Amino acid sequence: MRATIGWLLLSRFLLSLATLLFVATAVFVITNLLPGDVAQELLGQAATPEAVAGLRTALGLDVPPFQRYLAWLGKLLTGDAGLSLVNGQPVAALIGSRLGNSLILAGVTALVAVPLALTLGITSAVWRGSLYDRVVGASTVLVVSVPEFLVASAAVLIFAVHLQWVPALSQLGRINGLFDAIRVFALPVMTLTFVVVAQMARMTRAALVDVLSSSYVEMARLKGASQMRIVLWHALPNAIGPIANAIAFSLSFLLGGVIIVETIFNYPGIAKLMVDGVSTRDLPLVQACAMLFCAAYLVLVTAADVAAILANPRLRQG
Amino acid sequence: MAAIADTRPRRTRNLTRIIAPVIVIAWLLVAVFGPAIAPYDPAAIQDADLFEGFSAKFLLGTDYFGRDMLSRIIAGTRQTLGIALVATSLAVTTGLMLGLAASAIGGFFDAALSRFLDALISIPSKMFGLVVVAAFGSSVPVLILTLAIIYVPGCYRIVRSVAVNVAALDFVVAARARGEGTFYIMTREILPNMVSPVLADFGLRFIYVVLLLSSLSFLGLGVQPPQADWGSLVRENISGLAYGAPAVVLPALAIASLTIAVNLSIDAFFSGRVREGVH
Repeated sequence: MRATIGWLLLSRFLLSLATLLFVATAVFVITNLLPGDVAQELLGQAATPEAVAGLRTALGLDVPPFQRYLAWLGKLLTGDAGLSLVNGQPVAALIGSRLGNSLILAGVTALVAVPLALTLGITSAVWRGSLYDRVVGASTVLVVSVPEFLVASAAVLIFAVHLQWVPALSQLGRINGLFDAIRVFALPVMTLTFVVVAQMARMTRAALVDVLSSSYVEMARLKGASQMRIVLWHALPNAIGPIANAIAFSLSFLLGGVIIVETIFNYPGIAKLMVDGVSTRDLPLVQACAMLFCAAYLVLVTAADVAAILANPRLRQG
Repeated sequence: MAAIADTRPRRTRNLTRIIAPVIVIAWLLVAVFGPAIAPYDPAAIQDADLFEGFSAKFLLGTDYFGRDMLSRIIAGTRQTLGIALVATSLAVTTGLMLGLAASAIGGFFDAALSRFLDALISIPSKMFGLVVVAAFGSSVPVLILTLAIIYVPGCYRIVRSVAVNVAALDFVVAARARGEGTFYIMTREILPNMVSPVLADFGLRFIYVVLLLSSLSFLGLGVQPPQADWGSLVRENISGLAYGAPAVVLPALAIASLTIAVNLSIDAFFSGRVREGVH
């Protein structure tokens, strides 16, 4: 059986790699589909044909598309994402200066969100059908059905405008000490936490409820075990796989949420960098950021699948 | 996102069965008759302060430019619902045709198409939108096509799996035994038995499309000025957030009321058919 599980994991990894290659191809094709000429666009209509031709050569646009694709892919693998069309700086350096900020934001959110979501999900499953369960269920559905910027605006209105606990904008440069850090990170992290927790708590509850309907839980109940004991002792250990799956999958919602959150709070992260790149149509920057986001997404989705594979008892035995 | 779980008592459930579709229909009517019911010209600057609150003259206050917020939301309704409805219809029709074709033809065609569309799903929807807008700029046709392409694979998956299941049922086997052609079986036997899952899927896709369109517009990469959909309205008034101006929150609430109402309506009409994640 061990051979089977190894084989499954290997094929899952290969599939992820193939998917990443597909994503890279899709990003390249979309950004090169336009018949218009980047060189012409950069220099404007008044440019001389010689200048345009010169820039075309400099940007490598005179090479056939497939060759350009291979060159782009090869450079990307070595961490060379080209030069920004807007300010001529290396894209890798631009991303490098912002990546840390985004990772901190995502990391702090995960630290807050995962325990919170597990608590909410597990307690709702324990008190299934109670008023508490219904309130948690309805609120999580509410959060996942509304746009992230509504959650963010509501958080600003309540905590920055009415209660005045925290500033509405992130100013990373002016952090002095822990208290300042908490004030700056509070709103972005809170908004992202809402988005992630809603999804994660729902999936955690569903995973536990699923296990709770199995026959050995029925047996424990007939023996007279308490609801708390049944959930924590009998059901939870068997739901760890699906819950790990839920955590990894829900964290992928961070990637979408972070785009909105960094924009609304003016947070100097990589998502804000990408959105600015899209408005100025800085294609090399957008390509690199997109690949980074898609790769992170694939890693999380793959991790979710791996958790599900490892948790399958039929594969684990033997 | 999934449709809402049935954890409420029966009476509130019956109430939402009525209220939710009424809200959806009301927004549709606003989209159709918008200009006729708007109190002011949405583009006209009124004799008012910026970010004014609720008043008898300007029911929902004014925006960052001193324009009537109610009229701007009404005008935005047509943009949001119009673009979202066209994009969703395009996505569901394409998904339906491809899904039916895949289940009917099977073999290599089915396998290749399924693999390709599965790979497409692995690009997060906002990322796909951003890359397309970076390459092509933002315009209504680009937005509609992009939103449609993003949601074809999900619809295809559902249609294909339902069609494969229906195709195994006795009446289809009987039709095949009678010697009916593939096209007849597809359109007369299988299609009529897929109406409710496809309609429920249409509702869910519509919600995703509205949310994604609003997000793109909120980032300034969706509907472009002078036109404004609900997402653009939130963006252009965002500076009022610090003063707690209603102009920021109202368009966002409009989006929420629409998506939640559609969600509840799907639940009321097709209880527990299509459940699926979104990102």
